[in-house]
Amino acid sequence: MTDVASANAAAAAGPTSSFSMVEEPLDLVRLSLDERIYVKLRGDRELRGRLHAYDQHLNMVLGEVEETITIVDVDEESNTQSVRTVNRKVPMLFVRGDGVILVSPPSRAS
Amino acid sequence: MLFYSFFKTQVGQHVTVELKNDLAIQGVLESVDQFLNFKLKDIKVVDEERYPHMLSVKNCFVRGSVVRYVQLSPPTVDTALLQDAARREAQSTQQMQQAKPNVAPPVA
Repeated sequence: MTDVASANAAAAAGPTSSFSMVEEPLDLVRLSLDERIYVKLRGDRELRGRLHAYDQHLNMVLGEVEETITIVDVDEESNTQSVRTVNRKVPMLFVRGDGVILVSPPSRAS
Repeated sequence: MLFYSFFKTQVGQHVTVELKNDLAIQGVLESVDQFLNFKLKDIKVVDEERYPHMLSVKNCFVRGSVVRYVQLSPPTVDTALLQDAARREAQSTQQMQQAKPNVAPPVA
């Protein structure tokens, strides 16, 4: 019974789609659904959070997000640079895809 | 269309729209369109001391392309439903690509 149903589903899905197969780059993102991911964004911003949804533009909804903004301060007098980071937490966040630079599966460090 | 549908479920909810110029606007989502333009009502700028220009603005339209983030209230978001919808969307866009004439590699 179940075998027939799954065979039918597989047949309907077409020859190239098996559920865990990685064929195109976005499949890597699909496999990260419900996992914690790292997202690098324009403007020296980084996010770590659980991926709940995405689309082909890389619009995303993330949960339990931690955002890190890297700010470089230049001291005019001594001409030295200092880097500081600002962290904040957002429980549920929609991210517009046009700011996304890269999406990475959860790294052990994060 | 996934996020258009998603934001339609958020109409009437309190959201905070953060723009690419760092302005953050808190308000009630009034409507959304396919470009993810938003109409907000009863708005309040989050950091009014830094952005006093909008004190008298109560309703506004935000062009989708200037949005960086939208902060949502977690209880209003069905995450399981979202994940299912994302998987379905991924499959349907993939099938559209497969409908184009290209040779599928043999399945191992």
